[in-house]
Amino acid sequence: MSIRADWKCCETEFASALIDADSPCPAGLVAWNGSDPGKRFAIYLNNVVSSLIDALADTFPVTRELVGNEFFRAMARVFIVKFPPRSPVLAEYGDGFPAFVEDFQPARGIPYLADVARLEKLYLNAYHAADALPLDDSAFQAALARADALPSARIRLHPSAGILRSSHAVFSLWAAHQGALDLGSVDPYQAEDVLVVRPQWEVLVLPLRPGAGRFIESLYSGLPLGESNLAAIKEQPEFDLVATLADIIRTGVAVDFDFDEEIPA
Amino acid sequence: MNLSSLAEANPAGVPPPFRCLPTRVGVGLKPEHYAAVLATRPRLAFFEIHAENYLGAGGPPHRYLSRIREDYPLSVHGVGLSIGSEEGIDEVHLDRLASLLRRYQPESFSEHLAWSTHGGAFFNDLLPLPYTQETLDRVCAHIDLIQDRLQRRMLLENPSTYVEFAQSSLSEPEFISAVLKRTGCGLLLDVNNAFVSCTNHHRDPHAYLDTLPLSQVEEIHLAGFFEDSDAAGAPLLIDAHGSAVAPAVWELYAYVLARTGPVATLIEWDNDIPAFGRLVEEAGRAETCLLAAAEAVA
Repeated sequence: MSIRADWKCCETEFASALIDADSPCPAGLVAWNGSDPGKRFAIYLNNVVSSLIDALADTFPVTRELVGNEFFRAMARVFIVKFPPRSPVLAEYGDGFPAFVEDFQPARGIPYLADVARLEKLYLNAYHAADALPLDDSAFQAALARADALPSARIRLHPSAGILRSSHAVFSLWAAHQGALDLGSVDPYQAEDVLVVRPQWEVLVLPLRPGAGRFIESLYSGLPLGESNLAAIKEQPEFDLVATLADIIRTGVAVDFDFDEEIPA
Repeated sequence: MNLSSLAEANPAGVPPPFRCLPTRVGVGLKPEHYAAVLATRPRLAFFEIHAENYLGAGGPPHRYLSRIREDYPLSVHGVGLSIGSEEGIDEVHLDRLASLLRRYQPESFSEHLAWSTHGGAFFNDLLPLPYTQETLDRVCAHIDLIQDRLQRRMLLENPSTYVEFAQSSLSEPEFISAVLKRTGCGLLLDVNNAFVSCTNHHRDPHAYLDTLPLSQVEEIHLAGFFEDSDAAGAPLLIDAHGSAVAPAVWELYAYVLARTGPVATLIEWDNDIPAFGRLVEEAGRAETCLLAAAEAVA
């Protein structure tokens, strides 16, 4: 057996064999009884791959249900080999998974799969996002009463808020897998916009009325209320601003109003 | 008003009520048990968390941990610093750990004698390193950096391993003793890891323990292992943390306590997580061993 005196080479060899199952067992490993160290090394290989697959399965449970456990684990394994985590904080792992799923040839038959994964990543991000108190009802009403200043005001959204605008029924598919809807009644090719937010301690996943996705997206990018309203109407003529503002109050997605004059020059 | 600043104000603003872990029994804190802990306020001496599960900005993990930390001593146990890695310590990760420790002011911080990152990739496992003069220098330099940045002493945990390296020139106890001597860090003795590694490498666990600096043990870990076999059919134990503590490990635990006196002890059960009551029952068994050790000392 060749013995590496240089651990630098050995660590590199050890690391590449962990990710690539076809790599040979690293040189320089020994067992007390002279048995093949490959069987022992395989424990590390298995720990690494299966724990990372488990982490993805925890983050993307509906994605997994949609394709079945075996398919999901095989797909996740390919992702892990291509894109191993870059940080020890596994709650942050998987940002690239939805885009990977979108391009994953064997999953092409389920065109909505990537957006379901996007929704699940938004859910996890909301769970761990910074906390903030939603704007309370009276503060909201007081802000809305300033009719002249309102069009140029900006609404600051909760740090946990995320929007997904999908050409598929991503909310209905997700809700059906929570037992909230009958999966048989879902037309997956119906476009849906979804808001994910954690105003307090529960993550909310909310379907949005027509145009509200564009409206909130516009607020999110920092545009004022008036401009956001026009953008929503342009996209969806029947956009209902009053109802959408009521939704925003009810769900706690707004944390503050910024009026122009409050911004220091 | 920001909820996270409220949550931070309490632990950071009030001086920590305990300076080290009590020499009694604690358990690993699992999200599955948050509600049971708050509802039952069990008579446990402390809780231990994996640091990497609490590095998000906010949300339920911090909310529960803040509430539990108000009433219990806390141990923060890192699993991602990769102390053995040739690539050096990830300073971004170290800074995140530092702010977690500032926020919760735990009684103890510990990490592993292992590596888990290479080429910027994180492997989510505690990987083995050869024991040589070169790796000794590296591990000591990394622990010096960590203790300096965190402004506190850390405990180093002995690993469970499945392979050994032909190039190793020091035994594991020699390596650990040298690290403790050079860096001043303490020892987190994982008795299950000691049993697993000694079985896997055909060594006498009592002799292994006798050559460790047991006077510097500040915390003990107990957990369950899974039994497999190597290519020649010899027993190969896997540190699985998914079952009760094995009889042989209880025996070794008593052997250690007879030499150290009572030491803060943790029951780790991270996979196939049992009902909270079952975990408390396992902690009770360790408590009985600790009381016997305390009486023997008296």
